[in-house]
Amino acid sequence: MSRPVGAALGRSGAVAVLVVAAAAFALPLVALLLFTFRVSGDPGALTLVHYAAIVDPAQEFTYDGLFRGLSNSLGICVVTVAIVLLVLVPTVLLVEMRYPAMRRVVEFVCLLPLTVPTVVLVVGFVPVYKVVSGAFGSAAWTLAFAIGVIVLPYAYRPIQANIAALDVVVLGEAARSLGAGAVPTVFRVILPNLRRGILSACLLTVAVVLGEFTIASFLSRTTFQTALFLLQQSDPYVAAIFSLAALVFVFVLLLVIGRLGSFRPSRRTS
Amino acid sequence: MTAASARIATATPRSGVGLLRRRSLGWWGFSPFAVYVLLFLAIPTVYAVASGFFTAKGEFTLSNFSAFVSPFIVTTFVNSLWLSAVVAAISAVLGAIICVALAGMDPEGWVRSAADSACSALAQFGGIMLAFAFIALMGAQGVLTVWLKQSLGLDLNSLTPNGPLLYQVGGLVFPYVYFSVPLMVLTFLPALTGLQSQWAEAAATLGAPRRVYWTRIAAPLLAPAFGGSTILVFASAFSSFATAAALIDQGGIVPLAIKQQVTSETIPGLANTAGVLALGMVVVMAVVMTVYAVLDRRARRWRR
Repeated sequence: MSRPVGAALGRSGAVAVLVVAAAAFALPLVALLLFTFRVSGDPGALTLVHYAAIVDPAQEFTYDGLFRGLSNSLGICVVTVAIVLLVLVPTVLLVEMRYPAMRRVVEFVCLLPLTVPTVVLVVGFVPVYKVVSGAFGSAAWTLAFAIGVIVLPYAYRPIQANIAALDVVVLGEAARSLGAGAVPTVFRVILPNLRRGILSACLLTVAVVLGEFTIASFLSRTTFQTALFLLQQSDPYVAAIFSLAALVFVFVLLLVIGRLGSFRPSRRTS
Repeated sequence: MTAASARIATATPRSGVGLLRRRSLGWWGFSPFAVYVLLFLAIPTVYAVASGFFTAKGEFTLSNFSAFVSPFIVTTFVNSLWLSAVVAAISAVLGAIICVALAGMDPEGWVRSAADSACSALAQFGGIMLAFAFIALMGAQGVLTVWLKQSLGLDLNSLTPNGPLLYQVGGLVFPYVYFSVPLMVLTFLPALTGLQSQWAEAAATLGAPRRVYWTRIAAPLLAPAFGGSTILVFASAFSSFATAAALIDQGGIVPLAIKQQVTSETIPGLANTAGVLALGMVVVMAVVMTVYAVLDRRARRWRR
């Protein structure tokens, strides 16, 4: 059977388009990789000196900001994942198990940050963070509250997709009719069935936090991205190395998420 | 059993007296989420949009909106809209071509799954790291720049009159298209693969040549989805900040102008220009997303 759309280009035409597209998209990444081996001022030569510089104790000071930014970002990751697990997940479960009528409201709220540009939100975060700094100090991890909002759509969708593939109400009733109380029902029946959706949500959260620049830049906090931005001005080569590393890391995260699979109704429910 | 009776059947066991009593208590379960969203989504958004209506002293005013006659602000908005439109147009065409090519591949094969992963990674790639990649490619010392100079004697950075191409609003088209094409592929491919082969077969049985199938059946079916995806690309380009911030120091497009206004108020006599700009962005986004919602509803009509 020939697929109706693919026939439009013909087999060889389609392959040609994809090869050209792949090459075009690889180009900036290859350029970034080549750049990490470049000798300043001599475009022909190649060197590993920029890689050596990262671990060179004599230059520790140059990359101090970057490592501080990286550790701040990891701290923000932890707090943001905690927000997803302790605020978003219970809310979604509450909606599914008790108040299905609220699903549209929660969905609307969770997807809203896609429509409100981050730059707009951040104008409002500036005064909010004057209050937050008063309460929690101005440590970098407090950014997690703001970034958690940006993360909402990315965390909500995989969890909701997982829920849509299950019948949470029937699962809950089955558990209860077998004598399980509310707490065991949630922790031993519902949550284990949602682990793939929740894991995807957490990994996406990490990917978004590591890539977040706007909020940290407006609120002048040191995170991985803002430190990278500063480093680019003093040592663009090492900035390129860390960009590539971060990119590979996020790509692996997304591959893992892809492996976790799409949430078609699973064997369990059939 | 009808859908309605199924709903009743699943609803009855939960309306026991014990549950009813706990039900009022259950609403408190929403409080963490509600408080969080109120503090960090509702208040910032309302503040950002409303601050444009107040003077520095906190009195209500509409005079801040005279910022919209300032040539600086007008140019900024025109730049942003123009940039997003060009990016959306280019990405829509390129993305659609890639989608057609992908649709011809085996849906379970490695090409499709690799393209899927690559697109979701690259669509997330907008940010300062993307800007670095393009600096390495076509900046003053970029790989492509050097290669073009050596092999063709063409200097990429003297093509435009006002300095290196990459560090101007026009140059943003390159990195923006780079993260927009994957977004277009991700959003448009489902519509394209949703075209059922039976429709093409039915048209062929009735004697329609391929051209007629494409112009009279496939194109009208795909038009709303194509338009919707293009609008999403426009919206993402319009609200993108990080890539531009890494390439351009001062102003030029709305997100950069907002940053400039937050760090230092530069238009004399006007307060909260950042708020005014933010309101302008929200209005543009509201219009764009409304159009998207309409197109999306039409596009869904033909999905299973």
